[in-house]
Amino acid sequence: MDLHETLIWIAKASYFLAAVLFILGIKRMASPVTARKGIVQAGIGMVIATLATFAITGMHNIELILLGIAIGVIPTWLWGKKVAMTDMPQMVALFNGMGGGSAAAIGAGELLKFSDPSTGAHPLVTVALAVLGALIGSVSMTGSIIAWAKLDGRMDKRFNFPGQQVFNFLIFAAAVAAGIALIAWQVDTRLIIAFFVLALLFGVLMTLPIGGADMPVVISLFNALTGLAVAFEGYVMQIEALIIAGTVVGAAGTFLTQLMAKAMNRPISGVLFSNFGGGGSGEAIAGAQKPIEASDAASLLYMAEKVIIVPGYGMAVAQAQHKIWELSQALIKAGKEVKFAIHPVAGRMPGHMNVLLAEAGVPYDLIADMDDINPEFKTCDVSIVIGANDVVNPAAKTDKSSPIFGMPILNVVDSRQTIVIKRGKGTGFAGIENALFYADNTRLLYADGKEAANQLISELKAIEGGGGH
Amino acid sequence: MIDGFLALYIFMLAAFTGKEIIGRVPVILHTPLMSGSNFVHGIVLVGAMIALAHADSTLAKTIGFIGVVLGAGNAAGGYVVTERMLEMFKSSKDK
Repeated sequence: MDLHETLIWIAKASYFLAAVLFILGIKRMASPVTARKGIVQAGIGMVIATLATFAITGMHNIELILLGIAIGVIPTWLWGKKVAMTDMPQMVALFNGMGGGSAAAIGAGELLKFSDPSTGAHPLVTVALAVLGALIGSVSMTGSIIAWAKLDGRMDKRFNFPGQQVFNFLIFAAAVAAGIALIAWQVDTRLIIAFFVLALLFGVLMTLPIGGADMPVVISLFNALTGLAVAFEGYVMQIEALIIAGTVVGAAGTFLTQLMAKAMNRPISGVLFSNFGGGGSGEAIAGAQKPIEASDAASLLYMAEKVIIVPGYGMAVAQAQHKIWELSQALIKAGKEVKFAIHPVAGRMPGHMNVLLAEAGVPYDLIADMDDINPEFKTCDVSIVIGANDVVNPAAKTDKSSPIFGMPILNVVDSRQTIVIKRGKGTGFAGIENALFYADNTRLLYADGKEAANQLISELKAIEGGGGH
Repeated sequence: MIDGFLALYIFMLAAFTGKEIIGRVPVILHTPLMSGSNFVHGIVLVGAMIALAHADSTLAKTIGFIGVVLGAGNAAGGYVVTERMLEMFKSSKDK
């Protein structure tokens, strides 16, 4: 073997090792005990694969490669380090969009190469996968950017116009037609440009009408799509590590997307095409929201034996998880049973609430999933809903005209008393009125989540210390 | 050279692997796992590096450069946020 062959052999071996480390890493991330080892392992795989790549690229364009890596790594690393935990979902969306964009760029470069007649004929499968990867990568990139902008509050939550679905379909059909023309007819530069413009545009258009509550599903879907795009471009580039890592992520992401859609009892097609959280208002609700003062709410808690806390995105926004856990500890010390009820899609991503509660130090055994906790609301004296809305809305069970009809919810409405901590009288992310807030045994504590928890803690102390009871 | 059918086999086996390994994930780890798998497809950086290394024209270099920047961002950002999320799980478990 000459030097060049040896280097290629080393690179291929490194890619194999990286693929093994990725699969083991993802597997380890599936268990709380080994999760941290898992990400470190996957990280080692990434470093090995990247270093090995220098061996086969030689020194050609080395300055550009190093500069590109520096520009890509440094700002995202620093940003990722300091971004608040509450902003994690949009960060995942953004980084995912970058991956999609990278796959699309590879596709663009390869197609550009194919368009040069001097490179000879190219296998149909190779051209087809380059086109497919580029299409999926482009859609994933612009779609993820819109998802990021929406979650980051940089953009109106919804954007609808009449005939939107037909229009979107036409753009998609045009992108596919351009792609087919590239594959079957000829790889023409102008056609490549038209194809990318249409694909990038479609990513924007398909994400614009999707409303808040569906965003977790959408991010997960784009994550899976980027994986697939990477796998397809990996075939075009003949790099096994890309094919394997991309496919594993594509399959895992698709499965995760299905789990989420199932948790919301909505087919994925419904998420993408029915403007959930965009239209529909459901039945108007009679009655009024009944406010409560923190001191009275604290008395309710003081009298209770069993308390269930239902956190939602509002808790994340208020950064109230630490204070809520402090309140819970005070209640536990006073001999009460305290549990946290987590809806699968509470927050902006599945498991979002679990991450925040874990950050605050809440032990696992106090946190219950929807199916486990739902029968317990009947025996619960006080439920505290903090920043959750759509996932506790009983209209999902009773009101067929409601856009969220059919979505499984936490049966907070079954508990004897409910305290809802809420900043104001507005509706949730999906823009739907919540019958729970108007129920006879529901009281609303209008305050910022952190502030409310603080007040409840001091009022509880006052009750215990004052001996007024 | 990976030919069509060999690639198809790799694709199939990797797809089953992906579904298998995620099938046992508890709900509490869904967010970190999505973030972790988001990091793993940052391997696209390797493809972009090779594409840029083979680029000659200004246009090809520009496209390759964009690919490297975006791929590196995916990998680096994906790692940092996943690590930070999992860090918290460790702290709660040690109690």
